[in-house]
Amino acid sequence: MSSSPVAGSAATGPPSGPATGSGGRHATDRRRGPGRPARRIRPVSSGARPGPRRRRARYWPQYLAISPYYLIFSVFMFFPVIYTIYLAFQKWDGIGEMHYVGFQQFRFLWDDPVFWLSIRNTLVIWVLATAPMLFMALILAVLVNSTKRFTSFYRVALFIPSITSLVAIAIFFGAIFSNNFGLINAVLTGLHLGAVPWLSNEWTIKLVIAALMTWQWTGYNAIIYLAGLQAIPSELYEAARMDGAGPMRIFFSITIPLLRPIILFTVVVSTVTGLQSFTEPQVLFGSDASTNPNSGGPGQAGLTTLLYFYHTAFDTNDFGYGAAIVWAFFLVILLIVLINWGLVQRKERRP
Amino acid sequence: MNRVDRKRFRGLSVHVVLWLCVIISVFPFYWIVVMATNTSQDIYSYPPKLWFGGNLLTNIQHLFDKMDFFGSLLNTVIVAVCTTVLVLLFDSLAAFAFAKYEFPGKKLLFGMLLAMYILPTQLAIIPQYEIMVQLGWLGTLKALIVPACANAFGIFWMRQYTSSGVPDELLDAARIEGAGFFRQYWHVVLPCVRPALAFLGIYTFILSWNDYITPLVMLVDPSRLTLQVALAQLYAGHSTDYSMVMSGVLLAVIPLVLVFTFFARGFIADATKGALR
Repeated sequence: MSSSPVAGSAATGPPSGPATGSGGRHATDRRRGPGRPARRIRPVSSGARPGPRRRRARYWPQYLAISPYYLIFSVFMFFPVIYTIYLAFQKWDGIGEMHYVGFQQFRFLWDDPVFWLSIRNTLVIWVLATAPMLFMALILAVLVNSTKRFTSFYRVALFIPSITSLVAIAIFFGAIFSNNFGLINAVLTGLHLGAVPWLSNEWTIKLVIAALMTWQWTGYNAIIYLAGLQAIPSELYEAARMDGAGPMRIFFSITIPLLRPIILFTVVVSTVTGLQSFTEPQVLFGSDASTNPNSGGPGQAGLTTLLYFYHTAFDTNDFGYGAAIVWAFFLVILLIVLINWGLVQRKERRP
Repeated sequence: MNRVDRKRFRGLSVHVVLWLCVIISVFPFYWIVVMATNTSQDIYSYPPKLWFGGNLLTNIQHLFDKMDFFGSLLNTVIVAVCTTVLVLLFDSLAAFAFAKYEFPGKKLLFGMLLAMYILPTQLAIIPQYEIMVQLGWLGTLKALIVPACANAFGIFWMRQYTSSGVPDELLDAARIEGAGFFRQYWHVVLPCVRPALAFLGIYTFILSWNDYITPLVMLVDPSRLTLQVALAQLYAGHSTDYSMVMSGVLLAVIPLVLVFTFFARGFIADATKGALR
């Protein structure tokens, strides 16, 4: 990348020397500094048409500046991602020898009921969380936008959940939804409604995880929407009101269409993050004595695909199958994002 | 009801709804403090105690018996600080090159940055684990810090700010004075981009502090964990001793949240800007 520091310093002197900063749009003759009279002549003679090698050498500070990202990214991200594809065609426990097995891992995946269960769990939790989250966020944003008092207080208070540690929140939700002693069940008992075994029922497990995600991200999305709302010129609202449009009409005919790009953004982001739920079930059911850790709780109802991937790769050391799961899952996420994108875009063309 | 009354009523009801949401937002923090300051028996009792108790120090004592809190805290701080400093340095340098210079391959390299942005870390984590084994980094903090330094978002963010926030006249003046790339960076760019660095720094620090899956995979030595992993293990091992676990949650989470509220207003404005671009 910056293979030319030697050539560079030979041509231009020490790194802090005058010739190091030469942008294409900045004239090269500006580079000369005072106190270096010997240099004053050189750029004129050599600057007119430097050879290709010289020219490249001139850019070494820029290449050096960007090189940390590309070096680290290549070693710890790009190569591993590619290598994961290779691994998906091997059988490997991480220590012994690798065996090429062709498409066997993917065939196994296709017939693996646990994989499909994990996909179903992930999708159900994602829908249960994302739909109410984005809907409530929009309403919250409209409410905050409609008032002038306390707005910065509201913004901070609503934003805080999104920067809070997910592990801490999961422990908190585990405590208040606890079957025997949780706050929620205490309140339900107090209201004579009867306690609910939140963390052992197939549906309530998903509900608790979805509630957790909703709590964490509704405020964040509301603040994103709020920024979008504030960008809508108020003359548009005035004009609509003059034409006799009611608040509902204004909301659906002006606010929603103008917010569409931002809604698209929040849908994509909450799809990508929501489908990658892992910490929530991992922490919530990590202690469940009735099941293995990392199996997603009773009936594996909280087993998300990433948790299944983690369990396969790092508990049972089946690296080849883990690689197949995570690549298949990445393609599923990509597919869902594209479908969402299409849906939101198509709605745009309708009115 | 006349019109003024109705308008006032509507304004009031907006605030009532918003206050309700604020209460839901901050209730967990209140309840964590309640649980951490009472005994587990108090939490189990019915009706439950709704106000702070006086048992916090005992709970913390139990916590320190069960978990190496300060060791984990130190590890977390080391990882978060090193990651943040390196990300700020690397990303602002790269951003300066991308924002203010032309060089061969620039378009291609920047395009690659954009394209690779969508790859989730999970896709790389198995080979990453193997690389750490080969390098002998498994179980060390390096395994967390080094991969986190490749932060594409930071480069986008800083590039945007550098191209508009650093005046070309200042850079030209520095060049006339004879300053090279790195001296321009140090004397001109860094002072100009400080606000953007503040946001990126806080953002990176929080993400690093809260990270769970990477330390869970990489820190195989149970005596060397970060706070998040140590807390999760504490909860897994002592899930019924809520008051003790919650005192750990309190110590690990509340300081960060309090510090955040100080910077919150500027941070939130920048966060929406970063998101909407």
